[in-house]
Amino acid sequence: MTTTVSHRTEGATSHQRVNDFALKLANVNGTGSASANSLLMQAIFRMGVPVSGKNLFPSNIQGLPTWYEIRVNQSGYTARALDYDLMVAMNSQTYAEDITEVATGGYVLYDSSWPLDASLLRDDVNFLGVPLAKMCLENFTSSRERVLMKNIAYAGALVALLDLDLDVIATLLTESYARNEKLLASNQKALRLGYDYARENFECPLEFRVAPLQATTHSILIDGNTASALGCLYAGATVAAWYPITPATALMDNFAALCARYRREPVDALVPGAPNSTQNNYLILQAEDEIAAIGMVLGASWSGARSFTSTSGPGISLMSELLGLAYYTEIPAVIFDVQRTGPSTGMPTRTQQADILLCAYASHGDTKHILLFPANPHECFEFAVTSFDVAERFQTPVFVLSDLDIGMNDWVVPELTWDDDFVPDRGRVLDDQQLSAIAEFFRYTNEDDQFVTPRTVPGSDSKGAYFIRGSGHDKFGKYTEVPAQYQEVVDRLKKKHAAAAGALPAPIEVRRDGARVGIVTLGSCDLAVREAIDDLAERGIAADYLRVRGFPFVESVRRFVEEHDECFVVEQNRDGQLRSLIAIETEVAIEKMIPVLHYGGFPLSASQVVDAVTSHRRVRP
Amino acid sequence: MSSPTKPLIPLAGLPTNELGLTVRDYEGAMSTLCAGCGHDSVTAAITQTFFELSTPPHMIAKLSGIGCSSKTPTYFVRGAHGFNSAHGRMATIATGANAANRELTYVGISGDGDSLSIGIGHLSHLMRRNVNMVYVLENNGVYGLTKGQFSASADIGSRSKRGVSNVIAPIDPIMLGLSMGATFLARSFSGDKAQLIPLLKAAVAHQGMALIDVISPCVTFNDHEGSTKSYRFTREHEVKEIETDFVPWQQEISMPHHKDDAREIVMHDGSVVRFRSVPEGYDPHDRQNVEEYIRERHERGEIATGLLYVNESSSDVHEMNNTPEVALSKLPYSKLCPGSAALAKLQEDFR
Repeated sequence: MTTTVSHRTEGATSHQRVNDFALKLANVNGTGSASANSLLMQAIFRMGVPVSGKNLFPSNIQGLPTWYEIRVNQSGYTARALDYDLMVAMNSQTYAEDITEVATGGYVLYDSSWPLDASLLRDDVNFLGVPLAKMCLENFTSSRERVLMKNIAYAGALVALLDLDLDVIATLLTESYARNEKLLASNQKALRLGYDYARENFECPLEFRVAPLQATTHSILIDGNTASALGCLYAGATVAAWYPITPATALMDNFAALCARYRREPVDALVPGAPNSTQNNYLILQAEDEIAAIGMVLGASWSGARSFTSTSGPGISLMSELLGLAYYTEIPAVIFDVQRTGPSTGMPTRTQQADILLCAYASHGDTKHILLFPANPHECFEFAVTSFDVAERFQTPVFVLSDLDIGMNDWVVPELTWDDDFVPDRGRVLDDQQLSAIAEFFRYTNEDDQFVTPRTVPGSDSKGAYFIRGSGHDKFGKYTEVPAQYQEVVDRLKKKHAAAAGALPAPIEVRRDGARVGIVTLGSCDLAVREAIDDLAERGIAADYLRVRGFPFVESVRRFVEEHDECFVVEQNRDGQLRSLIAIETEVAIEKMIPVLHYGGFPLSASQVVDAVTSHRRVRP
Repeated sequence: MSSPTKPLIPLAGLPTNELGLTVRDYEGAMSTLCAGCGHDSVTAAITQTFFELSTPPHMIAKLSGIGCSSKTPTYFVRGAHGFNSAHGRMATIATGANAANRELTYVGISGDGDSLSIGIGHLSHLMRRNVNMVYVLENNGVYGLTKGQFSASADIGSRSKRGVSNVIAPIDPIMLGLSMGATFLARSFSGDKAQLIPLLKAAVAHQGMALIDVISPCVTFNDHEGSTKSYRFTREHEVKEIETDFVPWQQEISMPHHKDDAREIVMHDGSVVRFRSVPEGYDPHDRQNVEEYIRERHERGEIATGLLYVNESSSDVHEMNNTPEVALSKLPYSKLCPGSAALAKLQEDFR
């Protein structure tokens, strides 16, 4: 059966939904769909409407299925949706599966240049055929443009169908192709082809559409890797070392780009008349592996620079030995772990929160680290700045556990702000003047109320010289194999770790009257869990919310678990790692916490949380 | 092992250097290595080198990995800043430290296990990056701390103390360096301070990564008949055709010149390395020539020592990255943070 016109199912137009729908776009990766998809998402954002875009992509450069999901929701519920009102089916490999995912009464937009197999049709879904390939064949000459412009053409059709603002789209195209007039003209032409076709052949707009709002006026559209890099720039990091790895690569790429923009200082020419030059007030080292990357960070931090690395799970595994050295010898370090799906190589382009225990206890022996859990790019920026302060204050590695969903997807978040009075906390570092005022310097003595002892950096007076050693040492920094002397140091380290709890971002708690149910979560689960709590409330289940933002935990985490008759812990891993960590570290009974686990590699949806909570309650009323 | 503090016996009349310090001020804790260990001689040479160069102790950073050799930074320049890191990882720590503060003199001490097995990747990339540091590889062909296993530098046919012959090809750090783009490659013998000290001085003056492979016999596990890293074997097979003097730049004027038969290399800091003798046709700037010479000597069962290869014209990691003269760690925060106005403007890109 061939169809090039829409045939609508009855009743589909019965109610108008403004600014509340979800689209899914099924593409083949490497064909240029990303720019068309982000164009749509950015246009909706500029129209002032809360929106999210989730890129569900393969670990591949070209030829495999890739999807992009756009959720529009004026209330700000922009976690991943699972019911799609419209599917743009551009990938013949996945047609069959994609079409089954459309909600009853929804739409499928497909390329009608070729007939769609009758077996793929559904009676309860509307098919919108647009001859994209045919249009592009007729209107473009180069084979590359004929492929690329199909994407912009379907975007044009969606502009008409969803009532997007043509002026906004035009401005976006002009901005994107400011340096390439020919490409701009092609994009404008392709957009118009799709737009006009939709207007002529379909009833536009659809019953769900976008209407301008003022809800994103003070927001930005940014991904977590960019925001983290910005945080490192503002924190004053000067030495960065890394090894390329998905999904963390863009963090360092962004840091390099930001440094090139903000850290190049003009230098007067040495010889009069010679051109002035610049100097780079930063040094980025692409290391031979992640072991080297963390080694370089430790060397730089030891020497008094703010230094960091960005990586993902496999990198943390490699870094583990030196992370223990840093913990035991008390060297600051900042590590961004943009988590991906493990174990082993796992699924590098899919998201998870499965490095929680790995990072909490990375390395052999009794080690414990400080973790920060940002929930979105805004927190990536803030926590990046915090992480350097905490690392230097407590002289220890600090992990910022982002994930692929936060790191690589664009999020609408409140704009970033900066206090120009901010003074970084460089921790306890003795300068030569302070050294001269003390009788003798020993590295691990003179602890403060946070159990931190002052350090010196290389280049300071010989009075402050000491020998860092990963081997057993006493509080004077001297080698020891004496049990009491060894224990004295590691006992202080344990107390120091506990003392850091109060210096980390506090948990976010939202309480509801009469709630007996509690939900604990972290990181990128945030939006889905908040939406789920609102949904549960409509179903008569009042639930309190607590999102941990740092480890070690403050006392309120334990209290929250104990205060609720039923406490769910929602996280994105198989083994309930946050739940285990809370049980181990707060000594609250693990049975007090009901695991809600999502770990297939795609971002969490509210409905998955609601289903888990309600089905648990059905089993145990 | 714990290092006993060396008793500081006041010796009147010890010569002082430009800083008014005596050689005693460049010593460290008492060595806990076996009596007669080659490493202790290297320690003594390093002590003497920094004393003679009048390097301020606090401007020295001494680093090491794990192994017998890596214990030795405790035994020299007690006023220097020390970092005993993890097995094979010293190069990475040194790279980061140097990145943060290029103003210090970095000296890394490693062994053949640390450098040529577990840490060979890092050593290779340290040479590629040309991090400005002295890298002393105390090479004894054997794992001492774990009691006598062959290391990756053990020659084929070399016999262990238990009588087992090594059958795997050795890694020569000099040959490795030639292929990795190293800019200063020297070999010496722990028993020859007269050769080692000028090489150490030249290595300090070199702007880049300077590797000195020091054959340093292990008296306990690899100094027997049949070993090719014993004192006796090294003495009998060492070929010292390449001899150099080191002339600090301050002394240049008073030194007699023999320009006719000496090759001179002016180092980055103005000091001069003068080749007193080289074999006929030998060019320490010619990678291929050097490689052929070492290979030829090796095939004859000989160990060529001296400053084998040098390239003073290459850039170190800071020059490659166009960083400021001052240490990055000393840049004031005001130079590093773009501020609120820049952040507001930058975010126009995110709308």
